[in-house]
Amino acid sequence: MTTMTNTLAEIKGLSTYFHTEEGIVKAVDDVSFSIPAGRTVAVVGESGCGKSVTALSVMRLVAEPGRIEKGEIRFGDQDLLRLREGEMRGLRGNDIAMVFQEPMSSLNPVLTIGEQLIEPLMEHRLLSKKEARAESAGLITRVGIPRAEEMLKAYPHELSGGMLQRIMIAIALSCQPKLLIADEPTTALDVTVQAQILDLLNGIKAESNTAILLITHDLGVVAEMADHVVVMYAGKVIEEAPVIELFQNPRHPYTKGLLRSKPVIGRREERLYSIPGQVPQLIGLGEACAFADRCESCLPVCRERRPVITQGENGHLVACWLYEEGVSRDE
Amino acid sequence: MAIYVLRRVLNMIPILIGVSVIIFFVFAMTPGDFVDSNQKLTPERQAELRALYGLDKPVLERYFIWMGNVLQGDFGYSMQHQIPVTSLLNQYLWNSFMIAVATLFLTWTIALFIGVFSAVRQHSWFDALVTLGVFATMSFPSFFLGLLLIKFFAVDLHWLPVGGMISTGSQTTGWAYVWEVAKHMILPVIVLTVLGVGSLTRYFRTNMLDVIRQDFVRTARAKGLKEKVVVYKHALRNALLPAITLLAFELPGLFAGAIITEKIFNWPGVGQIHMQALEIRDYPVLMGLTMLLSMLTIVGNLLADIMYGVADPRVRIK
Repeated sequence: MTTMTNTLAEIKGLSTYFHTEEGIVKAVDDVSFSIPAGRTVAVVGESGCGKSVTALSVMRLVAEPGRIEKGEIRFGDQDLLRLREGEMRGLRGNDIAMVFQEPMSSLNPVLTIGEQLIEPLMEHRLLSKKEARAESAGLITRVGIPRAEEMLKAYPHELSGGMLQRIMIAIALSCQPKLLIADEPTTALDVTVQAQILDLLNGIKAESNTAILLITHDLGVVAEMADHVVVMYAGKVIEEAPVIELFQNPRHPYTKGLLRSKPVIGRREERLYSIPGQVPQLIGLGEACAFADRCESCLPVCRERRPVITQGENGHLVACWLYEEGVSRDE
Repeated sequence: MAIYVLRRVLNMIPILIGVSVIIFFVFAMTPGDFVDSNQKLTPERQAELRALYGLDKPVLERYFIWMGNVLQGDFGYSMQHQIPVTSLLNQYLWNSFMIAVATLFLTWTIALFIGVFSAVRQHSWFDALVTLGVFATMSFPSFFLGLLLIKFFAVDLHWLPVGGMISTGSQTTGWAYVWEVAKHMILPVIVLTVLGVGSLTRYFRTNMLDVIRQDFVRTARAKGLKEKVVVYKHALRNALLPAITLLAFELPGLFAGAIITEKIFNWPGVGQIHMQALEIRDYPVLMGLTMLLSMLTIVGNLLADIMYGVADPRVRIK
């Protein structure tokens, strides 16, 4: 993982702002990381730290009043942000597919599952309706749903959340994407179903060498799925490392806090740890480190300037003054 | 499905009985009657007339007499016109219906296109223009717009007739007659369309905006579908569902007549009859018309539920 030879996608300096009446919300601010082919990169962080907007930016599906301001998203030999809308549309659902958080509302209530499954097959793989139907029956079987023929005729409200998420995954897989973006794919599901969906995603990765960009706030999911982890806070990447390195040797106080607030089976505690305070308002963030107010090891410099992300050992990147040389530690 | 419809139709019976009770008693208990309208009558003559019309009997008995006749399709005699209410309404209802159908068709078609288009292009100059136009047309009083159009197109330009349904003394038949009536319809239909199209445009725009923000529309885009497919296949179908109810409730409106507009254009519609009947307390006509409209409202409601079941798989009855 330390060598990035087989990079599938690379996000460079991506900034997505929302122009609201209260001011500019820098939901994603100068974010960079890359996704190696066939690997799973997890983006973690609390709600409102810019994970989902990052994912939607890759799809170029950020809704108004959001706009991608600058940056580059390399995918193969092209920059997604420079493609014309028609070219981008040709990639969506084809080379890059996405699974959303809410399976219950992500499918059209008035169309059958079959109708929704054949659409990308006919659009991108130019199959006839008949071929597409046969293909979609296979996809349904592949995501572990029995009685595929019956399923094609069903409407979304007739299925459970877990089933619908499987269908969403089937739709996403229909054109054999190189990159699958999964935005909190298990958050809306109950725990037993979560495990099944994660197994399914892991199986897909193993079978078809699809890279996965996994957006989650659940470190349990990260441990199970990810090869590489990107930690985001207030629109910025603050730490990035291979998964084992990050769990064994977290550096940023925020990452440490996240890991401490994860329940460990077998350990008895009076009260589960939680990071004090909340994610700051993203409007009018000053020059200070955005985490300074919640940080247990805050230094004077943290309130003056924002740390830059720097490369350390074992492919570990962190943006924190604690690891900078020659910073005054005096309180 | 058949059992469901049958059950709903049977359900209509108690509702209609309730409606008839309310309608009858509201009119029967209102002080004054047709006989009072003529001040010149002597008390003896008044009593004579009341006995003749059956107005001297106890209210409850009058209800059952009326109801018994209604069940046989007899809504009584119009006191003013001295013909059966059914033939009176039959004579004027269809005139109003012609105007209403043309208006309904135009209003819905225009509102659907403009509403959806301005939702898809929210915040564009087209959308801003539509919003302005919508509020402008909605705030016009019908008499003002009607008179304005008559002044321009009938009086100044002589393009269209001033009013009525056929020209005075006209003897046309066949296609010439159809053409003549059509020409007379144009102005009243324009007035009613302009007045109605605004709110309906807003309705379609709002529905469409709601749907376009939904997750499944984002999913459709994420599948790489063409924007046309996203809007007209995925979004529009969902945005049209609530309009079914609205459309079904237009059913009584088709026969209700437009009182002010018909007056201005001197259109021999049921709205005029309604107005006259109110002035002169011609209660059998008023009760008959109200009963008919209530019936149509209830039928419209049933139609809405059936159509909704056909269009929306979530409420489909199996």
